[in-house]
Amino acid sequence: MFGWEFPPYKTGGLGTACYGLTKGLARNGVHVTFVMPVAPEGAAAEFVKLIGANQLAKKLKLIEVPAMLAPYGTAEGYAADYAPLNAKGLYGKNIYTEAKRFAKIAKAIAHKEKHDVIHVHDWMTYEAGIAARNVSGKPLVAHIHATEHDRTGGKPNPHIAHWEYRGLKAADIVIANSEFTKRNVLLQYKIPEEKIRVVHWGIEEDHPHYKLDYQSILNKKRKIVLFLGRVTLQKGPDYFVEVAKKVLRFEPNTLFIVAGDGDMLPKVIHRAHELRISDKVIFTGFLQGADVHKAFQMADLYVMPSVSEPFGLVALESLKNNTPTIISKQSGVSEVLHHCLKVDFWDVDRMTDMIVNMLKHTELHEELRENGYHEVQKFNLDEPARKVRDIYNEVIR
Amino acid sequence: MTNVCLYFQVHQPFRMRKYNVFDIGHNSAYFDDKKNREVMQKVAKKCYLPANRVLRNLIARHDDFKVAFSITGTAFEQFEKFAPAVLDSFEELASTGAVEFLNETYHHSLSFLHHKEEFLEQVRMHQRLIKDRFKQKPIVFRNTELVYNNELAKVAEELGYKVVLAEGADHILRGKSPNYVYTPKTTKRMRLLLKNYKLSDDIAFRFSNKNWPGYPVTAKKYADWIAPILGDTTNLFMDYETFGEHQWEDTGIFDFLENLPRELKRKGISFHWPSELAKVEPKDELDVHHPISWADIERDVSAWLGNRMQNAAAERLYALRKDVLASKDADLIDAWRKLSTSDHFYYMCTKWFNDGDVHKYFNPYDSPYEAFIAYMNILNDIILRVKGDERTGVGAALKRWMSTS
Repeated sequence: MFGWEFPPYKTGGLGTACYGLTKGLARNGVHVTFVMPVAPEGAAAEFVKLIGANQLAKKLKLIEVPAMLAPYGTAEGYAADYAPLNAKGLYGKNIYTEAKRFAKIAKAIAHKEKHDVIHVHDWMTYEAGIAARNVSGKPLVAHIHATEHDRTGGKPNPHIAHWEYRGLKAADIVIANSEFTKRNVLLQYKIPEEKIRVVHWGIEEDHPHYKLDYQSILNKKRKIVLFLGRVTLQKGPDYFVEVAKKVLRFEPNTLFIVAGDGDMLPKVIHRAHELRISDKVIFTGFLQGADVHKAFQMADLYVMPSVSEPFGLVALESLKNNTPTIISKQSGVSEVLHHCLKVDFWDVDRMTDMIVNMLKHTELHEELRENGYHEVQKFNLDEPARKVRDIYNEVIR
Repeated sequence: MTNVCLYFQVHQPFRMRKYNVFDIGHNSAYFDDKKNREVMQKVAKKCYLPANRVLRNLIARHDDFKVAFSITGTAFEQFEKFAPAVLDSFEELASTGAVEFLNETYHHSLSFLHHKEEFLEQVRMHQRLIKDRFKQKPIVFRNTELVYNNELAKVAEELGYKVVLAEGADHILRGKSPNYVYTPKTTKRMRLLLKNYKLSDDIAFRFSNKNWPGYPVTAKKYADWIAPILGDTTNLFMDYETFGEHQWEDTGIFDFLENLPRELKRKGISFHWPSELAKVEPKDELDVHHPISWADIERDVSAWLGNRMQNAAAERLYALRKDVLASKDADLIDAWRKLSTSDHFYYMCTKWFNDGDVHKYFNPYDSPYEAFIAYMNILNDIILRVKGDERTGVGAALKRWMSTS
């Protein structure tokens, strides 16, 4: 399996998803060798063999890149992100070069590591998958967690879109993480529908962090509404601040927390200032580990206003932490979750209506919290892993 | 062998708009006229008009054919507004003398469970409606969704009714047959008729279900099932919308209805109205404490009052009654009463995992939570309307609303 990140080395949902999938597969008797560009210290798990491409191919001078910033930034973001690295001569030209190097190393790994199926996650690893298949001839499963179209709000980088297409086209089976993603794949690339399988994500059933029961001084006498995710176009943080302004008209004693980092952060901070609500909006920067769970637990309500959310595991994490959610209809998770409020990301008034009523009426809040918490218990790591295992069995035959 | 007692329920609620928080204090149009018109005209075409035609023919053809209806005030108003031809056809049916009308709350509300005075007022409104329209003074009472207990029977008797209808729920019958006439424990002379839910639901719910062993149910087969029944009456109670709306025309439901009296006659079975059972000696006394209804597998009131949202909404609605009536604002009172219709609470039902499919089918909202949001926003507008000018107008009231929870 070729991936780009693995906990604790992650900045977004892909790392969490790969962790959950490999763990679930291990429970279902599948041995996984997970290859990523860099296996940093601390990245380890008893259920999976982790390989950092850097350990194998020192000659290629692979460096530790801020991986997630790269594949999930905006097109303009790449140049800025990599300019300093380029200047120091540490790094190749750009993220494409990086992915290509990964593909070269993949050949060596495919030669060395015994395997029955090659499973790759998102476009950065697709070239590696194709290269590995050229060596071993084993079936290729391309997992798509987000299309380039999703990431860029409909302004795809043509290079990346091309790579994405190549990978999807070459694959024997494509796994989409939602009907939403499947529709996008069908819409943007001429991939035969019968080749695509939908596997919705699950979530770890239990985790010590779920039960931290964290309360902050900020909770006192105030209701907290949370945004948590990359502060980038795809996630709709700009809608979140517009909604905050409107909610404050009705519920002035509310605090809005924007948890996350990203290219739009300066813009969002500036907008909060323009709207004169800077004192009501807190920016936490990037959160990880227990802090993520603490943020959910101190919040009364989690809002996911994503413009395009291929799945949206965060909504499940929120419910696991007993925090009710309002989620964008433009998300994969809205296909499988019922006990939450669903709204079009652009419908600021409707979102305001929902938030105000949630804050105002404890009965609504309690019903959503209790039923949402109950519902999220049916999600686990086994079911998606079983479906993936069945797909492996299908392609091996 | 028993005669058959047919009773059909006719009801349409005034569905609300997706009234949002920005509408509060600015817009008092609560109901979705467009949707209500669409639904009424669709159901008129698929159900009310063709079904009334079938009944008209049956009455002409069979001297002994009799049927009872309960038509809610909110359905009536929408016939007048959106489908006057339906009203004409009901009046035509009434003029044959073969149709009995029952009483209930005008607004199809659960006011009986919340506010006795309001309940009595809504019953009076319905009595006036039936008297004015059909020149009948019913002696039979059916409460919204067949919600029933000892207390209801007592109140109905005090109001002068002789017969009351209820669900033949297993847990109140405890092995007894629903096909006899009973008397409620708390009353002197009242007669209690119980729905034969098995035979009624065979038509209302299972008629087109191909996985049901009884499928396909023809009039002849159905008459065979009724023929061996012992007792006073076979009570077939169901929504009138069963014909053509819940069971579409292509299922053969209209043919079934048309052929049923003939097939029953072959077995020597005739029809009677609920009122004709007022003089039958009761088989036994029934003691019902907790309210029962004809809904869901539970046969209780949890579909309308089963979660915190539903209870809070109902509590706040009835808490406003005094102020709303005191306003003497006819539009406001009318709107407030329309909000008491049980359907609004049904839309807030969260029992999705067991028998929720039915709820989902009837829900104009995407979720029960959104039904609650629209409802509470409207109630808050009503609060502004009754208290708005008390101090310094809307702004002050809005502030008060925001400061209370």
